[in-house]
Amino acid sequence: MKRGITFWPGLLAWLAITQFALAQSPEFRLPERVKAGSSFSAPTAGSGPAILYIAGPGGAFRRHVRLGETISFAAGEITRAGHYLAVLVVGSFAETKPFDVVAAQPAALSFLAKPSRVPVNQNDGISGVAYVFDVFHNIVLEPQQVSFVLSATSASPQSRTVSTGNGVAWIRMNSAAKAGPAQFEASLGNIRERRVVQQVAGEPCTVRLSAHESGPKIRLETEPVHDCSGNAVPDGTIVTFTETYGDNQATVDVPLKRGIAQTEMPARRGALISAAIGVVMGNEIRWNGGQ
Amino acid sequence: MKSGRGLALLVATATIALVVAGTLWPNLAATSAWDARARIAGFSSSSQSAVNNVLQAIGRHDWQGAYASLANKEEFSEPEFERDLTGSYGSLRSYANLDGFDIKPLRASADDAQIRARLRWSSVVGTFQDSRDLRVIRSGDRWKVVWPIVKEPRVPPQVIPVNYLRWDVIYRGPQDDWGAQDVESPHVRIVAMHPVDHGGEVAVLGELLNEDIVPAFVTVKATLLASNGAAIGDEDSFDKICHVLLPKQVTPFRIDFPKVRLAQVGSVRIQPSSALVPASADPVIEIQSQRLSPLPDPSLRGELVNQSGQVVNVAHVIGTFYDHRGQIIWVADQYPDRALLPQTPVPFSIPLPADVSTKVGTFRAVVSTYSASRFQ
Repeated sequence: MKRGITFWPGLLAWLAITQFALAQSPEFRLPERVKAGSSFSAPTAGSGPAILYIAGPGGAFRRHVRLGETISFAAGEITRAGHYLAVLVVGSFAETKPFDVVAAQPAALSFLAKPSRVPVNQNDGISGVAYVFDVFHNIVLEPQQVSFVLSATSASPQSRTVSTGNGVAWIRMNSAAKAGPAQFEASLGNIRERRVVQQVAGEPCTVRLSAHESGPKIRLETEPVHDCSGNAVPDGTIVTFTETYGDNQATVDVPLKRGIAQTEMPARRGALISAAIGVVMGNEIRWNGGQ
Repeated sequence: MKSGRGLALLVATATIALVVAGTLWPNLAATSAWDARARIAGFSSSSQSAVNNVLQAIGRHDWQGAYASLANKEEFSEPEFERDLTGSYGSLRSYANLDGFDIKPLRASADDAQIRARLRWSSVVGTFQDSRDLRVIRSGDRWKVVWPIVKEPRVPPQVIPVNYLRWDVIYRGPQDDWGAQDVESPHVRIVAMHPVDHGGEVAVLGELLNEDIVPAFVTVKATLLASNGAAIGDEDSFDKICHVLLPKQVTPFRIDFPKVRLAQVGSVRIQPSSALVPASADPVIEIQSQRLSPLPDPSLRGELVNQSGQVVNVAHVIGTFYDHRGQIIWVADQYPDRALLPQTPVPFSIPLPADVSTKVGTFRAVVSTYSASRFQ
């Protein structure tokens, strides 16, 4: 008995305090997840005026509401995805509820294709990274199926579909054997983004040089320069002609123009003439007066 | 009072004496900074004073005064004399000043003398020397200099067809989305690198290849690291490199680290960087008659020949020197002081350190050019 007497007054006091607090604390309900830009509502209980504060990545705002009514949020009112806090305040009492705003439907792709120039025949030489965004530029974290297609006129297209993880899908693809522009496209439903990757000739396979007498000089000319896949090495590529005679040497750096490089150097009997492109050496010619 | 008057009298006397002395024997060394080391003579009463007077007038840009005192004025006009000294076509010489000179008598007689004058010119890329052997002849009681004019060759009027090849670049605009593709920097690669200890300093030598199909503006930065990984210092190649590299072009580079000994260095970190820039494939410059001159004046000499029709205002020649195993042992450069006119050879001489010159097996020279008209 003695124990019961000491217990009941404490329980009664706790119940009284709780009831008082419940009577004073504002009550409202919020969905735990809402889509960015969508409309939603928060029913409240009780009566009288209250103030609702909402704070999140998009900022913070305050709204005067009446308890017992439903608080409505119009479409487009909250567009930034992220974690929010809603606080309903009545006098010195407040009720806090967290909720998440998640991205809306995918509406845009940001597509990074690298490199913009790639030598031909490179395994995994081209990379594509696609980021999925909604119309409000929120990254869409829910998995989406992104299709990548790399197509060039001279090769059959390569295509693959990749699921996004944390809003990102990425892929590596091979460059074709033929030089030329390749269309690299990432798509998700009707959303398409296209990039152009220039597939360029690789290292020259050989440099063939010929020499012809031209008065007191030798006219030097390369054959059209190709890589080992038969692609023409682009104009502007530097060919270094070297003429060595005794202890002397003459050099000239000449750009390829229309596929060939040509120059004139002094004609010296017995001179050794060579041509090189970068680290690729060509043939050598011993000049014997045009013979 | 008496002592005060005495002091005033002493000061006045000293002042008058100094004014008189200054008037009669002016401080010639103060006439200008550049000729401080040259001996001055007011009158050309000797062959050396005649040369001194002419060179001082050149230093003051007093072309008229210098020309007037020459013995062979009938051979060339005053503008030709001035052009000989200041160059033309906006060459390096056009923007240089005479920093000083030395003269050395080679032979002398009663009426005739030969004097070697070494003129030191200062320019934005450093100093360069101009050596002239001057004949000096006696005319009555005066000596006069016979100026060895170097007339720039005139290129005959002609049309030189050029299949012009250049690259222009359109970069990504500020309004583009961050995911939009931009033009990519050219791919460059270090194909050789070798740190050497020279003269108590470390120099990092190497070669850089533009392996892309577009022109590149390149720089190379090096960081010396101690054996514990701590950075000793970092420097870049500055002008010991061809900064604009066309596709598949190779440039040497040299990065100097003053006050660092090779023994302190554990490793070297090299950072090449490149940017895509608009560039032209012309003009084409032939480097002919390249040869190594031995001691006592070791150098790589040769001639630059502009194969294009465009005047090159300033050229920069960089030499790479290899030992007999093909290892880079030195990189050096020189700016010829004359403009490169079409089809007109211009000599160059890249000085080599004496200790390096004895080890050189092969060499390679490259040239980069600046043409004012390219930017018009």
